[in-house]
Amino acid sequence: MTHITLPHWFLLAAVLLLALVPLGATTFYLQLGAKIMIMAIFALSLDLLIGHTGLVSFGHAAYFGVAAYTLALITPKYEAASFWLTLPAAIAAAGLAALAIGFLVVRTAGVYFIMVTLAFAQMLYAIFHDTKLGGGSDGIYINVRPELTLAGFTPLDLESPAQFFYLALILLIAVYWLLNKILHAPFGRALAGIRVNEQRMRSIGFPVFAYKLGAFTLAGAVAGLAGYLAACQFGFVNPEILAWHQSGMVLMMVILGGMGRLHGAVIGAAAYVLLQEFFSSSALFGAYAKHWQLSMGALIVIIVLALPHGVGGIIDVAWRRRGYRQARNNGIGENGNG
Amino acid sequence: MFYLIQLLNAVQYGLLLFLLSSGLTLIFGIMGVINLAHGSFYMVGAYLTYGLAKWTGNLWLAIPIGVAIAFAIGLLLETTIVQRLYRRDHLYQVLLTFGLILILEELRSIFFGDEVHGVAVPEVFNYSLPLTETLSYPVYRLFVTAICLFVAIVMYFVIHRTRAGMMIRAGNSNREMAAALGVNIPLLFALVFACGVALAAFAGAIAAPITSVAPGMGNQVLILCFVVVVIGGIGSINGALLASLLVGLADTLGKVLAPEYSGVAIYLLMAAILLWRPQGLANRS
Repeated sequence: MTHITLPHWFLLAAVLLLALVPLGATTFYLQLGAKIMIMAIFALSLDLLIGHTGLVSFGHAAYFGVAAYTLALITPKYEAASFWLTLPAAIAAAGLAALAIGFLVVRTAGVYFIMVTLAFAQMLYAIFHDTKLGGGSDGIYINVRPELTLAGFTPLDLESPAQFFYLALILLIAVYWLLNKILHAPFGRALAGIRVNEQRMRSIGFPVFAYKLGAFTLAGAVAGLAGYLAACQFGFVNPEILAWHQSGMVLMMVILGGMGRLHGAVIGAAAYVLLQEFFSSSALFGAYAKHWQLSMGALIVIIVLALPHGVGGIIDVAWRRRGYRQARNNGIGENGNG
Repeated sequence: MFYLIQLLNAVQYGLLLFLLSSGLTLIFGIMGVINLAHGSFYMVGAYLTYGLAKWTGNLWLAIPIGVAIAFAIGLLLETTIVQRLYRRDHLYQVLLTFGLILILEELRSIFFGDEVHGVAVPEVFNYSLPLTETLSYPVYRLFVTAICLFVAIVMYFVIHRTRAGMMIRAGNSNREMAAALGVNIPLLFALVFACGVALAAFAGAIAAPITSVAPGMGNQVLILCFVVVVIGGIGSINGALLASLLVGLADTLGKVLAPEYSGVAIYLLMAAILLWRPQGLANRS
């Protein structure tokens, strides 16, 4: 019998609800929803590193940006590129960048790792910002979105906000499913072992370097998928998408949702994007709306000081309490958690 | 002659980086806190100097007042916020100090606007030394080099020859043991943090007349400090000095040889050092 727990039912309900959204939502909410799902994919990829492998990368926006730039650079000026060509190319470029940088940074640990990932991300930022390669600091416009054709007809038109919403939803589910599978496979268990005790894993005989590099590359590739979708949605890339504000933002999403839980990354992404909308709403904050980073910064400080396990942590604690109560009422011990 | 000028620039730049990165590496070495907001304090120093110089009309008054204010800000931040980070994971230190960056950057935008400002070079130093018929070197840059050297020497003296320095070294090598021997650790930490902030602000203040005072100036310099600390080895002042000069040299050389790719030179240097000595130049594995 497949083991379906209550959170999975929640997940299923959420997906069904999301699938119904385009029927009644305006373009603004469709785009906001798609943005949340894209950021959720981005946050999921970082959670693979931070929450599941114990590698705190502070340069994750680099791979997001490399994929976005790949799409912008291979899209012709006035016609649509093929989705089936550009998507793998963008993901491969992000994965390759992560492999190359990972080869250097995975040798370091702890605080070195944080600084070195940040520094290499800034290197890519400098390349796109200072050279003519990616249009310099002005960036590049993607005038025509990629075309998703399948055997002669177009199942999803990316120019339509509703259909783009579905594409983002499908890809989010696919990434969630894939990461869930990987984390429960021997590879994922080895990563968990490395997070808990790297020395022990090494002495058992696991090639720790290769596992970490694999996780780093995979995370880079998935971040690339998010970057590709973001470039599709906004039709525009500039160096800021791989700047460290972006890396800090996705880190915040993972923490906000509580790291080490895939659903946490999704919750965190949604919470962050909505908070940003809230703080930058000029209806609520008037002239200070353009200084929304002040409120966001203050919130970050407060959350770090007050909520060590993120917002997702509160939900988890409540969940566990409920579990204990149930177990006590039934007079049995707590069974294995799912 | 051209290369002499570039060399002087490299040394001046390297020493300025040293003022910044020594604070960063000390704060990490002693308190185990990775402080992303360090670059923002550089920015704070530059903007305070800009504002105070405009208000008082005197740079020599603006710099000490600005540094004193920065010191006070450092003390305040340490006792209210940073203190709570000592026992936390690096991840949370990164996140919280990232939040501080956002706050400081927006406060800067609210108080000083988003324009690029300039600070006038003081009268006394506002001339250039002629080297050849066409080339000359601004005296203010020499003055900055001298000041940085002076501060570096004072810092060496304080750390190696005074009682306070002894406590700092003790705290750096073993926090618990130093506390057990009666060192007032909370006070020491607060002072070291505030001194680090003041050093960063001082670097920003004296650099203000050379570079422009602009948004984002702190972030750029923070990354350079990280590169310096990674190359030199965390917690090592000597490593920071060596690495600062190397980074200053690599950056200046890069700007001369391949201007478009100059931003990449220092990262290539860092990549090479990482492959060769992942623990940094000064640290033993």
